[in-house]
Amino acid sequence: MNRFAELLDRLAYEPGRNNKLRLITSYFRETADPDRGYALAALTGALSFKHAKAGLIRDLITDRADPVLFGLSYDYVGDLSETVALMWPKAPLPGYNNPPPPTLSDVVTTLRTLGKAELPKQLARWLDELDETGRWALLKLVTGAMRIGVSARLAKTAAAALGNKDPHEVELMWPGLTPPYLDLFAWLEGKADKPVNCDPTPFRPVMLAHAIGDSDFANLDPADFIAEWKWDGIRVQAVSGRDERGHLQARLYSRTGEDITRSFPDLTPSLRLPGALDGELLVLRDGRVQTFNVLQQRLNRKVVSPKLMKEYPIHLRAYDLLADDEHDLRELTFVERRARLEAFIKKIDDPRVDLSPTVAFDNWDALTSARADPAGAGAGEDAEAVEGVMLKRRDALYLPGRPKGQWWKWKRDPHLIDAVLMYAQRGHGKRSSYYSDYTFGVWTNGGEGEQLVPVGKAYFGFTDEELLQIDRFVRRNTTEKFGPVRHVVHEPDQGLVLEVAFEGLARSPRHKSGVAMRFPRINRLRWDKPPREADRLETLERMLKSVTTI
Amino acid sequence: MRPQDLLLPAPAGLCCKPGGFHIDPVRSVERAVITHGHSDHARPGHGAVLATQETLDMMHLRYGDNFAGSTQAIAYGEELRLGDVTVKFHPAGHVLGSAQIAVSCKDTCIVASGDYKDAPDPTCTPFEVVPCDVFITEATFGLPVFRHGNAADEVKKLLASVALFPERAHLVGAYSLGKAQRVIALLRLAGYDEPIYLHGAMEAITSYYQSRGVALGELRPVKGVKKADLAGTITLAPPSATSDIWTRRFPDPVTAFASGWMRVRARARQRGVELPLVISDHADWDGLTATISATGACEIWVTHGQEDALVHWCQTKGLAARPLDLVGYGDEDEHETVAADETAGETGA
Repeated sequence: MNRFAELLDRLAYEPGRNNKLRLITSYFRETADPDRGYALAALTGALSFKHAKAGLIRDLITDRADPVLFGLSYDYVGDLSETVALMWPKAPLPGYNNPPPPTLSDVVTTLRTLGKAELPKQLARWLDELDETGRWALLKLVTGAMRIGVSARLAKTAAAALGNKDPHEVELMWPGLTPPYLDLFAWLEGKADKPVNCDPTPFRPVMLAHAIGDSDFANLDPADFIAEWKWDGIRVQAVSGRDERGHLQARLYSRTGEDITRSFPDLTPSLRLPGALDGELLVLRDGRVQTFNVLQQRLNRKVVSPKLMKEYPIHLRAYDLLADDEHDLRELTFVERRARLEAFIKKIDDPRVDLSPTVAFDNWDALTSARADPAGAGAGEDAEAVEGVMLKRRDALYLPGRPKGQWWKWKRDPHLIDAVLMYAQRGHGKRSSYYSDYTFGVWTNGGEGEQLVPVGKAYFGFTDEELLQIDRFVRRNTTEKFGPVRHVVHEPDQGLVLEVAFEGLARSPRHKSGVAMRFPRINRLRWDKPPREADRLETLERMLKSVTTI
Repeated sequence: MRPQDLLLPAPAGLCCKPGGFHIDPVRSVERAVITHGHSDHARPGHGAVLATQETLDMMHLRYGDNFAGSTQAIAYGEELRLGDVTVKFHPAGHVLGSAQIAVSCKDTCIVASGDYKDAPDPTCTPFEVVPCDVFITEATFGLPVFRHGNAADEVKKLLASVALFPERAHLVGAYSLGKAQRVIALLRLAGYDEPIYLHGAMEAITSYYQSRGVALGELRPVKGVKKADLAGTITLAPPSATSDIWTRRFPDPVTAFASGWMRVRARARQRGVELPLVISDHADWDGLTATISATGACEIWVTHGQEDALVHWCQTKGLAARPLDLVGYGDEDEHETVAADETAGETGA
């Protein structure tokens, strides 16, 4: 347990993805079965036991420690598990000479079968046996609140790296595996054959598109391609299949293969035909696609209330079929798959699942105007949720990853505004010595004359050279410092104008300006422009007119 | 004699009227008795200064030739009569030359312990328990959440990280006086014999430690070393330098910080530390409470830090305790400022 705790501890502080991978892989290499398997299960959220409530932890500590000292400590630390882990006074153990601390496997297997009444006593015993970091990790594990910035995908990638395997391979077999994954690790270390996935609803690695550039069109023939709208939702894979008893199972996966079925119980009944659909998850109200901001209310929810399902009705808009019943279609061409898809959707005949329409075009000019005006080119009232067009080669097979020249995405041009840099904050990790997070604002007349109101924050989009320039500007033009935040001069004639690009805009009562940008980034530095000539809040409000409030 | 007639908090610091001196005064006074060389305890401009030789040398190093009207060195265990009282110096285990000062008059003895730690430290004389009637204790880490553990294990953590990331530089924030040298000595004890690099602000004080016989192995100034050559190395720097422009000379640095504060995750995260090392030159909660009990004092005065919790603990043990309102002392990790922010200058505090 202490070694696992060390890993969690280090991961919690490490900002870099590659460094996290190396820490996890090196843990898998140094740790024996079954501990490393349970660690992988803990990191991927695959462990299931009844979690301990905060009240129980509180009772444990007040039983052991002076409540006044606990109160002062909790005030100072601010996190219950951490406070208890740090101040836990070891009980004198008569005739009980330094028992070895529990292993992660001890903890996991005990918790699985432990009755509720025995939990407090068992936890106290473990807390006595572990060190500070071990106690912290134990409490995070039993309260189900790990939050160390590691996704299931990252943990699986780290496992794959142990055997120099493609993470997709692990992802493919994952639904058929169970903790502590002895067969997986044996294969990764070259000691056994690849585990066979007999899961009826496996995830299939998704095919991705390249962003198209202006120069690419010259080499492409419009006749080779089919175009579709690019929907502003989330990419999902909906898989149905029969288990060994013949019962139909349905699963919904994110584009990285994370199982998100539980968040969308209102969609699974509609997946009643065995097969694997590739499509976009959207919210539809009265048959109209809502913006991404609306969809966001449904994302990352563990508990889904009937009210939420009613207010945000979920929908699957399908654009590819990877399997039809038993048949793998990935070796067919896109045109062939599209025909199978159309028949499949017709057969499902369900209002929650429909077909993503194709966009007719004869030449690139026609597609250019469709992209500029989706409403007039067939998207109708759904145009607000279109973020561009997709181009797919008619003869493209369904290939995992991002194969060259098969699929292209052509996003709509972003919105641009000129805003004034107001505050700057230091970045993290590699950027900790740079002011790299910027809050910017636009002009408004707030009753007290012209003033800047913050409308967003951006921390990328600039080149390394531009970062150096902004950093230098921030340091030389700081008017006030508040901890890690610097107020940067922003007067009509003095300050830095940033051209900010963003994808969409929504009303937001949480922001002082009343608007929230989607995906804002720094597009260009306008050293040439005096702040007084930057954009006004009214410009943003005009853009908002057609958008519904979330 | 009542204890408060012997020592009393005054605006300039802890004042001993019958002896005619102040302990660690924060303003200029005629006679100062100084526990150790950290800048919040040892300030320039006093008439006469009594301290250990090491503390006097450190003041000289920092403030130059005329840091006091006159100086007198005193050794551990040595006793001196000042006015109506006697003072005796005992090792405090905090940094090189740090002392607790026992002040006695007739049948009353008060020990002003300054900053202290009861944990082992290869760079200074170990802490000694001094029996007394009144014990004045610091409370920097006066909450039961602060338990520092074994510093050698923290250094192992650092070395494991150096082994795992050989292409990155490891940058260890450590207070220049005491902590830095202790970390270096611990690295040597753990068998690390590569050259260790130093921020310019640490060079003078570190070579002073070496001149007093503290073995620190091969040390090199980091200034002027090529970026690529710093891969896989360890550099010590004042804490404030580890998050500034100065760090750009290192390849993808891992930022570590050696401090008792690193026990609390929010504190580490706030500073952007990636590798917190819980190494402290102050006693932790267990150290404070064990020391208080061991002195046999029946009255405890608590100063600079988390006084509330420690006063409460004393009271639950039947000891008379009160917070001592002294201002001007802090924890060196929080207060060391290097003028590195804008200029990357390498002048130390």
